Amino acid sequence: MNGFFDMPSDLQHSYVGLIGLHLQEALLPVAIGLVLALPVAQLCVRFKWLYPPVLWATTVLYAIPSLAFFVVLIDYTGQTETTVVIPLALYSLVVLVPAIVDGVRSVSPETNAAAVAMGIGPVRRYLQVELPIAVPAIFAGLRVATVSSISLVSVGALIGNQGALGNLLADANLYHRPILAVSSVVTTAVLAILADAALVLIRMLLTPWLPKSARRARRGAGGPAGPDANGDAGDKAGGLPAGGTLGDGTTDVRPTAGSAL
Amino acid sequence: MISIEAVSKRYPDGTVAVDGLSLEIPDRSITVLVGPSGCGKTTTLRMINRMIELSGGRILIDGEDIQHKPVNALRRSMGYVIQNAGLFQHRTIVDNIGTVPRMLGWSKAKARERSMELMERVGLDTSMAKRYPYQLSGGQQQRVGVARALAADPPVLLMDEPFSAVDPVVRRGLQEELLRIQSELGKTIVFVTHDIDEAIRVGDMIAVLRTGGKLAQYAPPDELLSRPADAAVEDFLGADRGIRGLSFFGTEQLPLERNGIVAVDATAAQVAERAADLPQLLVVDVDGRPLGWADAARLRASGARNDTAGLLASGQTFRLGEDSLRVALDCAVLSPTGWAAAVDGEGRAVGVVSQEAIARAIREAHGRRGTAPVDVGAAR
Repeated sequence: MNGFFDMPSDLQHSYVGLIGLHLQEALLPVAIGLVLALPVAQLCVRFKWLYPPVLWATTVLYAIPSLAFFVVLIDYTGQTETTVVIPLALYSLVVLVPAIVDGVRSVSPETNAAAVAMGIGPVRRYLQVELPIAVPAIFAGLRVATVSSISLVSVGALIGNQGALGNLLADANLYHRPILAVSSVVTTAVLAILADAALVLIRMLLTPWLPKSARRARRGAGGPAGPDANGDAGDKAGGLPAGGTLGDGTTDVRPTAGSAL
Repeated sequence: MISIEAVSKRYPDGTVAVDGLSLEIPDRSITVLVGPSGCGKTTTLRMINRMIELSGGRILIDGEDIQHKPVNALRRSMGYVIQNAGLFQHRTIVDNIGTVPRMLGWSKAKARERSMELMERVGLDTSMAKRYPYQLSGGQQQRVGVARALAADPPVLLMDEPFSAVDPVVRRGLQEELLRIQSELGKTIVFVTHDIDEAIRVGDMIAVLRTGGKLAQYAPPDELLSRPADAAVEDFLGADRGIRGLSFFGTEQLPLERNGIVAVDATAAQVAERAADLPQLLVVDVDGRPLGWADAARLRASGARNDTAGLLASGQTFRLGEDSLRVALDCAVLSPTGWAAAVDGEGRAVGVVSQEAIARAIREAHGRRGTAPVDVGAAR
């Protein structure tokens, strides 16, 4: 493992610094995606006709190869982090919008009727009833988006050292140091697993009201339906659910984080 | 008093859910809206708290048009109970019940105290306060639903098929609980159900609606059972409505044979003092509780002699004055002798009565109330 943690000087970052950069480039898009997805999903819930075209649009965005996306953006945002962050944020919508829509729709009609009958207005109803009940579904979406984002950041290496840990792959080639490639892949995978675990932990803290049996079902579900978080350049995995399947509150999409290797 | 005046609900696609419905819903009583699915009963209920806006007519509460009240204030002045309870699954029981009080600006402590009080009132152990809805059974959840509706002490309670989703035994318990709570609180309750038996059990007044949102009949349950307005209502009431109607007649007036009871240690001389024309006597223990029926002729010959082995089972008994004629008749039908035994509150026998005497009492009771059963088929 000699040289695993020794970063070439052209990266201008220590190992830990690269991890910080990688997390920033991966998590910021998910955060932006969530902020965008919340109002969009709410509009889709309110106006049912809007949902199919929105799903279509997010899926089309997702179908644009990331490398092509970066190249187009370079004209406007240059060889910067922003160029990586924008596509990743847009990609996250393909999971987050359906996750939130399904989560909000999972609120039972009786619960909704009871809330209306108690004189709880629409804004309060959204914040105090719909959103909290949608938390499990939203977190299922966040887990997929986060793991996928962590792996996709590496592609940024191809547009001039914007790939954080992904840059190590290029340097491994450049300096004939295969250990750097191993370092890149292993570290990315570990980051994805840890981020996923952190999200599961937060979800559990936020939802003490979830039946234990549903939690068990959650652990068992997923597998093949989960996306393949491929770290390879240009290729977003094929397995992402493009719509509707993300959760009635009991199903889950479990990212197979290990396949980031 | 809730006055529903010529209310209609028409949807843009032309469907008429409610058509010119007028009802006077009296205060402090349970008014049931009952009818087959598609009769507009839930629509009518939801127009009272404006979850559905009416498209014709008006609804007044104590003379005030509901359209003139702010909608959320109107809704908070009415408790609402729904099928499956519709609890907030992400909130504890105590927080669920305290929802409306908190919105009305009560302090957390006061809302909590009120929740605890209500949990006891609806028959829930306060140790459940910190649990989440998923940890409760369906029946318990429904009790929480009722407590939540009562939280801010609204004068009006709207109940939308509240007990339809629980099993029959639990439903029976919830209905009795509702009647008990109502006897304590005296709310104005509008209760929607598709179950006519439930309507008869809980209703002080019953409005039978027919498909298309028209009122078929509006009457107290005993009148509904004895004089259905038309064949459709009669059909909806189902079979044995005559027997069911007996639930509304008391047993106070039954001509009891008080001389038909004999103690288990009675001598032949004591037996001889009993009514001579009865074919059998009810043998009771030293405390007066029924043991069983014995052949009168045999007793007169030899006395009771503490002989309980040869007795016919006394079967079910009815509590005089508390149980209805229906229960008394049922006891007589089930009795091996065709006679029913009446007991007092402590279970001591007070008299016996024959099926024939009960049948005469039924006819007299109908005559007193002027509710002589009408055969709708013959009237047609």
